[in-house]
Amino acid sequence: MATVRKFHLPHYPSYPIYISTFKNVENAAFLRSQLLEGNPNFDYAFLDASTILSLNHILLPAFLALSLHTSGRAKTKTVHSELVFRLHPNNNIAESFKKFGIGDSSRNIIAVKIGGFMKEGQDEVAEESVSRHLGEVVQGDSTDPGERGERLGEECEMEKVRKMYKLESGAGGGGKKGKKIGNTGEAVNGMGGEEKDRKEMESVVLGVITLKGS
Amino acid sequence: MASAAHPEPIEPIQPLQPPSGRPRGGHDQHTLPAPFLPDACEPLTQGAEALVYRTHFLTPQTPAVLKYRPPKPYRHPTLDKRLTKARLLAEARVLVKCRREGVSVPAVLGADWEGGWLVLEYVGGGTVRGVLDGWVHRLPELSREGNSETISEGRKKSEEEEALWELMRKVGRAVGRLHEIGVCHGDLTTSNLMVRDEEEYTENETNLPPSGDIVLIDFGLATQTIQDEDRAVDLYVLERAFAATHPAAEPLFQEVLRTYGGSFKGAKSVLRRLEDVRLRGRKKSMLG
Ligand SMILES: Nc1ncnc2c1ncn2[C@@H]1O[C@H](COP(=O)(O)OP(=O)(O)OP(=O)(O)O)[C@@H](O)[C@H]1O
Ligand SMILES: [Mg+2]
Repeated sequence: MATVRKFHLPHYPSYPIYISTFKNVENAAFLRSQLLEGNPNFDYAFLDASTILSLNHILLPAFLALSLHTSGRAKTKTVHSELVFRLHPNNNIAESFKKFGIGDSSRNIIAVKIGGFMKEGQDEVAEESVSRHLGEVVQGDSTDPGERGERLGEECEMEKVRKMYKLESGAGGGGKKGKKIGNTGEAVNGMGGEEKDRKEMESVVLGVITLKGS
Repeated sequence: MASAAHPEPIEPIQPLQPPSGRPRGGHDQHTLPAPFLPDACEPLTQGAEALVYRTHFLTPQTPAVLKYRPPKPYRHPTLDKRLTKARLLAEARVLVKCRREGVSVPAVLGADWEGGWLVLEYVGGGTVRGVLDGWVHRLPELSREGNSETISEGRKKSEEEEALWELMRKVGRAVGRLHEIGVCHGDLTTSNLMVRDEEEYTENETNLPPSGDIVLIDFGLATQTIQDEDRAVDLYVLERAFAATHPAAEPLFQEVLRTYGGSFKGAKSVLRRLEDVRLRGRKKSMLG
């Protein structure tokens, strides 16, 4: 059995979001092949944990995927593929999977399953079956994402995320070119410097995801 | 001493009166875009273009502001959709640009251009307008306590005045930073300058203005430009907003300009342009 945490978007209470995290994964290539083959038992978004900053970094694309999927405006087949697509700043689907999805050599992964596309009252069953299924198919150490998802960014590679969302300030009127967002390392208001950097990066990343492709 | 004879401090934010051209029976506060529900949305203001609500987003612990531009029934639906989308996008783009480049604005948390809405980070605190109004209301009281009404150069400032002047320097720096990255606000009033205060700015006992950062809000009319003229117009609009508060606020605005002038390379030439803009403004008001 894998540790699964359940989250609810306030605006989509009937679509619970299950999140599991794994370290030292040995069979990423197998998991990815199941996604590629379209195995119906593998209806997940499998993310490379090095690209995810925080819980909100998953919840916003999940919100957008649900919003677009339920209104017939999604660009991809399933709500899970839409979630991965929404993470990427550009409109390239293949690129989104390459950058944010699980790769053959991924060691740390995040599995996201959006429930609720089933009959009512199946909620608890789903949570248990997600836990059992992931426990069986993922060869790796299940870790706890935390009750509030506070441990979701632990395997994040900040430099990688900074690059993917182009978080160096670009050309503007200003002379402060090349300044990096969320790279101050300063501690402010009792908040550790790293936590503050992560928060600041998240606030830009959510905006970039919102603006995706527009 | 505060006494019952003093008028109630005015609300820092007054909702705009809808223009007379607004269609009757239009949007009421219960018409919200899906998936937002009225129970979770507390109306903040109802402007001419946008309805603004306080709500939460992504998690119940993330306070947020919902800006909704409802359809305008008197406009052709296709044109209306396109305009709404263009305006929301422009606002969101400028906000993300600011945030990227370290200018203090609310973060963009989500949006649906087709749906006509934009969700922003909620900024706890009050507006500079609220701070100034609170101060103006205490002016008679302050002068009775032995302070002169105007803040003159020679006299030692009280603690409240010192904090107020520091706030003005922050405003000058914030506007300078905004202009430096190539953005003009387009509606730079004291209501669109917030002072971050996580403990919610109220008329606190000390009367000291909150010591948090300035956060610029309401980028619905913002443009990406580095023209002296556009920058000077921003300053002129802000100057008019200070003047509308009270004549005693004039020296405060001078401090804003002084700080602005030293905040980036092109600032001095913007200040020179401001003099032209003022002249034109005066001519126009004489004609009008
Ligand atoms: N991010 C925010 N955090 C907290 N309060 C906000 C935020 N954004 C807006 N507000 C509040 O809502 C009011 C209206 O917002 P805003 O000015 O962005 O909308 P608007 O439609 O342009 O309104 P108006 O036409 O009245 O200027 C602000 O004056 C402020 O009090
Ligand atoms: Mg406004």
